[in-house]
Amino acid sequence: MNTQSYVTADGRTIGPAVMEMKNITLRFGGVVAIKDISFDIRQGEIRAIIGPNGAGKSSMLNVMNGFYHPQEGEVMFHGTKRRAMRPHQIAHQGIARTFQNIALFKGMSTLDNIMTGRLTHMKSGLLRQMVWWGASERDEVKNREVVEKIIDFLEIQAIRKTPVGRLPYGLQKRVELARALAAEPKLLLLDEPMAGMNVEEKEDMSRFILDVNDEFGTTIALIEHDMGVVMDIADRVVVMDYGKKIGDGTPEEVRTNQNVIDAYLGVAHD
Amino acid sequence: MFYREAGEFKTTYAKDQQTFPIALDRWGYFITLALAFLAVPFFINDYWANAVVLPFLIYVIAALGLNILTGYCGQVSLGTGGFMAVGAYASYKLMTAFPDLNIVFVILLSGGITALVGMLFGLPSLRIKGFYLAVATLAAQFFLVWLFNKVPWFYNYSASGQISAPERTLFGQAVTGANAVPAISYLFCLVFVVVLAWAARNLTRGANGRKWMAIRDMDIAAEIIGVNPLKTKLTAFGVSSFYIGVSGALLFAVYLGAAEVGEAFGINKSFLVLFMIIIGGLGSIFGSFAGAAFMVLMPVLLKNIMVGQFGFPTDIAAHFEFVIVGGLIVVFLIVEPHGLAMLWRIAKEKLRLWPFPH
Repeated sequence: MNTQSYVTADGRTIGPAVMEMKNITLRFGGVVAIKDISFDIRQGEIRAIIGPNGAGKSSMLNVMNGFYHPQEGEVMFHGTKRRAMRPHQIAHQGIARTFQNIALFKGMSTLDNIMTGRLTHMKSGLLRQMVWWGASERDEVKNREVVEKIIDFLEIQAIRKTPVGRLPYGLQKRVELARALAAEPKLLLLDEPMAGMNVEEKEDMSRFILDVNDEFGTTIALIEHDMGVVMDIADRVVVMDYGKKIGDGTPEEVRTNQNVIDAYLGVAHD
Repeated sequence: MFYREAGEFKTTYAKDQQTFPIALDRWGYFITLALAFLAVPFFINDYWANAVVLPFLIYVIAALGLNILTGYCGQVSLGTGGFMAVGAYASYKLMTAFPDLNIVFVILLSGGITALVGMLFGLPSLRIKGFYLAVATLAAQFFLVWLFNKVPWFYNYSASGQISAPERTLFGQAVTGANAVPAISYLFCLVFVVVLAWAARNLTRGANGRKWMAIRDMDIAAEIIGVNPLKTKLTAFGVSSFYIGVSGALLFAVYLGAAEVGEAFGINKSFLVLFMIIIGGLGSIFGSFAGAAFMVLMPVLLKNIMVGQFGFPTDIAAHFEFVIVGGLIVVFLIVEPHGLAMLWRIAKEKLRLWPFPH
C-alpha cells in the first residue's frame, strides 16, 4: 500500500492512513451487513462512502466509531489495532460524527449543544464545578472561545441562544456539524450531511465541508447519496453494494468502474 | 420599560454566561438575599416558621435534588421519601453515636451517606429507563422504609420506634431540640438552601450539567460524543441523593424533632417532591423554589381563607383543601406543562418588550 504523503492539485497535503479497516465482517444474526471489507482513510483527505440503500454504509460508520463491534476483522487507528471500546472512549480518541437523523439535544440552546462537543476537552471535576469560580470558570471560558470560532466559521452567530428545537432542518444539520467540529476531531464522520436539503443548502454544506478540511486539515469520511456532490468534493470514494466493496478509488476511477455502473444502473440478467 | 437588557454590553464570555444577565434581575437577587438574611429573622415567629418558612426551605433542597436527577438528567425517581429517610436516620445515628460532632457536619455527612445509598440504587439506571426505572426507585422507597422499621438498631432500640433529635448547638445557639428558637432554625436552614442552590446552579450550567442534559435528551448521541453514561447517571444519582439526604436530615432534626419513618418519609413524600418539580418546572433551579413554595404555601393559604374568612369547619376545610390543590395542579399542568418556571420566563420576556408587543 502506498503510504507516501503527496500534495493534491489544490495544494492540500494527504498524509499516511489515519484509519484502516481490515477485512471487516459484521453480522446481525443471520444477516451479513458488511462482508470482508477493507479500505483506509488517509490524513487530510475527504473519503466518501457511497452505495445504494441498504448497502451497509451506515453500519460501516457505526463500526468506525465503535457503536457496532464487527465479528471479524480489525480497525487500525493511527497504525495500531484498536481494542474493543465503548463509543464514549472512542470519542476521547478523537473521532466525532454526525447522524443521518439529526441527534441534537432538543432541550438545550445551540450554544450548549456545541459546547457538549467540547466535553472531551473539559477537565474540571465535580467539586471544582460546584464552586465555579476559578478553575471551572476558566475552563468554561477557554472552551467557549473555541466554540465561538466554530460558530463564526459556520455562520450561525444569530442562533447562538436559540433552543435547537426551534431551528429549521438545514440549520439543525449545521449545528450538528458544529458540535462534531467542536471536539476538534482527528477523524470526522458525516452520515448523509446533505440528506433532505435543497440545492442552496447543499451548496452551503459542501462549502463548509471543504472549508473544514482545508482550514483545520480535518480528515473526513462521509456518506452521501448525491452523486454530483460526492464526485465534486471527495478525494477518494468507496462504493458498497449488499455489504460488499465493489469499487474504491478517485471519483474518475469509480465513475468508469463497470461494477459500480452495474450496481447503480442495474444490469440485464439473462 | 425598566426591565431590559438594552445598554448592557457583555464584553467577556464570563459575563455572558452569568446566572442573571440582566442588571435588574441581579439586583432583585441581591435584595432578596439581603432581606432573607437581615430582615426576616427579626420578624419570624413560631407560626410562620413552622407552618410556612421552614418546610419551604427544607423542601426546596429536596426539590433541587430531585430536579437534578429527574429534570436535568432525565432519570425518573419515586424514591425521594426513602432517601430523605436515609438522611434522617443517618443524622440520628451520627448525633447519638458522636455527641460532640458539630451539627453542620452531621447534616453534611448524612447527605454523603445518602449519596452512597442513592448511587447504589442508581446502578440499575444504566439498563432500565423511564417507567421501569420509576418502579425500581419505588422499590427502593418501600425497601428503605421497611428497613428502618424492622431493624431496631436504626432507632437505637427505642420502645416507640421513633427517632428524636437531641439538642445540638451552633455558636452557642440551639439549632435542634426543644430549645431552638425559630430565627436560629430559620437561619440554619437558609444557609444550607443558599449554598446548595448556588452549587446546584454551578453544577448545572457547566460541563457537568451539559453531560446530564445530553443524557436526558438523547443518551445514544451523548455516548457517541464522549459522555460516559454510567458515570454521568451515577453522578446525578449521587448529587441528587446528597441534596435529598440533607433535606431529610434537616426535616427530621430541625423541623420535626421526632419522626417515625412510615409517617414522615412514606410514599406521599416522594410524590409531594415530584409534584413540586413538575409544577415548578423540570430542569430549572428557580422552578424548584417556585414548586416548593406552591406546594407548601397553597394549603396554608387555602386553609386560612376557608377557615378564617368563610368560617368553614376545619374538617371540611381540610377536605376542600385536597380538592382545590389537586384541581390547581391539573389546571397548571394543562395551562403550562413546563411549570411555573416557564410562566416566569414568558412573563419576563414579555416584560422586556413592554409596552411594545414585539
